Amino acid sequence: MFRRRRSEDDFAEEIRSHLELEADELRREGFSEEEAHRRAKVEFGNAQTARERFYLRGRVIWFDNLVRDIQFAIRQLTRNPGFAVVAFLVLALGVGASVAIFAFVDAALLEPLPYASPDRLMSVSESDTSLPGWPLSYPDFLDWKAENKSFSSLDIYTGSGYLLRTRSGAEPVHGERVSGGFFQTLGVRPLLGRDFNPGENQPGGPNVTLLSYGAWVRRFGARPEIVGQTIDLDNEAYTIIGVLPQSFSFAPSGNAEFWVPINKLSLHEHSRTFYNFAGIGRLRDGVTVASAQSEVRAISNQIQQQYAITGHDLNAGVTPLSEVMVGDVRPILLTLLCGAGLLLLIACVNVSSLVLVRAENRRREIAVRGALGATPARLVKQFVTEAVVLAACGSSAGIILAATLIPVLARLVPVRMASGMPFLDRVGLNVHTAGVATATALLTTLLLAITPILRLPFRQVHADLADGGRGAASEFWSRLGANLVVFELAIAVVLLAGAGLLGRSLYHLLHVHLGFDSGHLATVEIALPSTLHQNSEQIKVFNNEVLQRATSLPGVESAGLTSRLPVQCNCSTDGIRIVGRPYHGEHNEVNERHVSPGYLPALKAGLIRGRFFTEEDDASRPGVAVINQTLARRYFPDQDPIGQSIANDEGGRPSTWQIVGVIDDVREGPLDAEIAPTEYFPVNQTGDRSFTLAVRSSRDAGALLPEMVSSLHEVNPNLGVSNEATMVDKIDTTQAALLHRFAALLVGGFAVMALVLGVVGLYGVVSYSVGQRKREIGVRMALGAQRSSVYRLIIRQAAWLVLVGLTVGLLCSLGTSILMRRLLFGVHAWDAVTLVGVSVLLGLSSLAASFLPARRAASVDPVEALRAE
Amino acid sequence: MSSRSRSDDRIALLQGTLDLLILKTLVLGPCHGQGIGRSILRRSEEVLFVDHGSLYLALQRLEDKKWISAKWGVSANNRKARFYSLTPKGRQQLTEKFSEWQRLVRAMGLILEGGMLDGGTDNQEV
Repeated sequence: MFRRRRSEDDFAEEIRSHLELEADELRREGFSEEEAHRRAKVEFGNAQTARERFYLRGRVIWFDNLVRDIQFAIRQLTRNPGFAVVAFLVLALGVGASVAIFAFVDAALLEPLPYASPDRLMSVSESDTSLPGWPLSYPDFLDWKAENKSFSSLDIYTGSGYLLRTRSGAEPVHGERVSGGFFQTLGVRPLLGRDFNPGENQPGGPNVTLLSYGAWVRRFGARPEIVGQTIDLDNEAYTIIGVLPQSFSFAPSGNAEFWVPINKLSLHEHSRTFYNFAGIGRLRDGVTVASAQSEVRAISNQIQQQYAITGHDLNAGVTPLSEVMVGDVRPILLTLLCGAGLLLLIACVNVSSLVLVRAENRRREIAVRGALGATPARLVKQFVTEAVVLAACGSSAGIILAATLIPVLARLVPVRMASGMPFLDRVGLNVHTAGVATATALLTTLLLAITPILRLPFRQVHADLADGGRGAASEFWSRLGANLVVFELAIAVVLLAGAGLLGRSLYHLLHVHLGFDSGHLATVEIALPSTLHQNSEQIKVFNNEVLQRATSLPGVESAGLTSRLPVQCNCSTDGIRIVGRPYHGEHNEVNERHVSPGYLPALKAGLIRGRFFTEEDDASRPGVAVINQTLARRYFPDQDPIGQSIANDEGGRPSTWQIVGVIDDVREGPLDAEIAPTEYFPVNQTGDRSFTLAVRSSRDAGALLPEMVSSLHEVNPNLGVSNEATMVDKIDTTQAALLHRFAALLVGGFAVMALVLGVVGLYGVVSYSVGQRKREIGVRMALGAQRSSVYRLIIRQAAWLVLVGLTVGLLCSLGTSILMRRLLFGVHAWDAVTLVGVSVLLGLSSLAASFLPARRAASVDPVEALRAE
Repeated sequence: MSSRSRSDDRIALLQGTLDLLILKTLVLGPCHGQGIGRSILRRSEEVLFVDHGSLYLALQRLEDKKWISAKWGVSANNRKARFYSLTPKGRQQLTEKFSEWQRLVRAMGLILEGGMLDGGTDNQEV
């Protein structure tokens, strides 16, 4: 095929040589020099024509045939536009969905971190058996950093909030406190200005900050001269030393705008048991994750002994940073990828069975052409060309579809969540995606070309001519076609079951017991400037004023303040002791929330024992606490908790809290997390400067939000007011809800398409078989068969296919559901409701699909059918 | 194709016969294209004129079929030229084609000579 051809230059050279030789000879015969050359040329004829003929020799036939094949293929396809359009759409859909989903997988899983050698970046954490991966304490960080040899650098970061003074007042902003080498560890250089200097990292260092690119553009109009100027954060002047590049993002920090070195530590942060800083490290070359882990563990154990930290089995964890960054979305992305892959598979199978039906119908045409002298190779080439034309059109449309789908899908992710998914910016058609798209297209082509070739015995020309295209070969087709349909139906079942399980998970998730009434709740976050309200008495007055204003808004029934809203996270935890019991340093982690007296009643939390807080529970009284039922069960299993005291060792506050009430569990953590033990302290005894206002109204909560904001600004224009949202919206946009909704929606979409394709495939097979058996049916009816028995005949055939497909599909779906159990919530992989539902759905749609051809069979006129022969 | 011969008694070749003539010419030894053309003209006593375009196309065809092989060399009068020589396969083809030709000539002769009673037998118009 690819024999090396002689070059045209070589041929031209030969002609030149010919002309010279001829001229030589003519000269010898006595012609003048000039005449000899002229004659040589004339004799030769047209040299240019000869060259052209040389060029076209061999090529022209091949090319002619190709052009003819393509024209023929297009003619064949347009002659049967129904087939062409269906095949084209199905392929475009399959390829489009797979490529689009792959683009996300590629961005999220294959290149998750936009940093220098990201595979060497590790998340470094403390851990114990019950809680893997919790943050480091500052003293531990210093020791680990000094003693380890595995990491070329080790750094920490922790989220932080500031009140930024702006011309219009104060605005709460997200900041991130990081150790000095943080950006070097990541391999990120500021776009403008400089990174932190070593001195700025030391305790007592100067107030400096790096700006995120977004903050620079949004707040400072992208003016380069901003570097070196100062801004006011929490009433302190910070010098802007640089601006981070646009491409920089760090998922755990969300959309932090101000990056500040850790050079001021709070009282707790000095403590070795105050775990507040997440660690990242860059592994030295040649060091494995396992060896780094064991080294850090050894250091951690030694520290534990040295400082006699007992109780919890302190340990250390080293995991790739990418794991931490995309661990949550990996299972959903892989599930979606599998779903898209299955859809593509079903699309290919569907189209190839369509191709097959057509090939069968063209059996006679092929036989005729074979008899007229078309070689088998030539006929095969024609089928291949058709497959290529079809697959090429379908795949290119699919790629265009993917390109349009990608931004649409990316936009479905809410901004709040997208900030934690920096890879979203990089989703698009790149080299990887293009590679996958090409591979998909090639595979599709191969499948489409091979199916008819395998099926068409090009040598049986005579038999086929005589037979007119019925008989043994058609039987074989219906068997193969039936197998393909079983395959399609099985895939459809897998996708339907997956979608059903995910849908039920979502339902369970959104209807999980919250422990409070989330409807008609409006919330807004408030931050107090530190100039305002210096002491706890003033804060109490302020809080009351806020609450009074809120409750006086029209339609408001009750209002309360909390340090953190429910259904957000199991975080802001506290290590507690039970007063009066021996303490051995056990790590008793409980959620800690500071709430106003009206807060728990406003949530409609259920009081089980004791009382809620009252206005009297303020700084002048001894500390009191309300606990949730989980805490009561875990720490007071056989005893009435009311009257008992819990203690914590955070300085500056009453350290013992007497339990005055037990409430039904309010879901503080994410929807899909276990309920954690939680303690509530009165806000008037803790003196918080930032909290969230929750307001219950009889009106639509969304409509209340703007009024809440403006009434807060009336209290004090310098208040930081942010993130106003209804509780329902807050819950709907939590990561757990979004991920489950995404998974359910997309897999559901795939499943619907798969169902349609599978049922259409079944319809095709049954109608084909009815068409083929027309004569047989005619004979049966002529012999007295009832129409109902014809119906039965056809439906029974379809029912067998569906039954086999359903059984295979259900077995496979058990396997796949077990694989995706991480995405399931509140349902088992073998959830009977889902599986029965899927079976019924598929059964009914299959029945409908086979009913139409069955009716056609039953209405066969025996006289007509027999006369047709 | 449209090459006008020097004298009118030259005739164009039948399709298919050119291959035979080329193979026969090369039996004598390797030769370049111009030499082959000249040789055919000379040995047919200036009757068979080979259109050079067809000649080179035929040479290329034979080379593709591996009946002849080619390499660049230097001609008697010191010109660079592409020399063709017969391969064993080509030699075998020559015998086959020659016997085929003989059968054709015999068959043609049987028919034509039988009906050629009142015409000039030397007229070679075909």
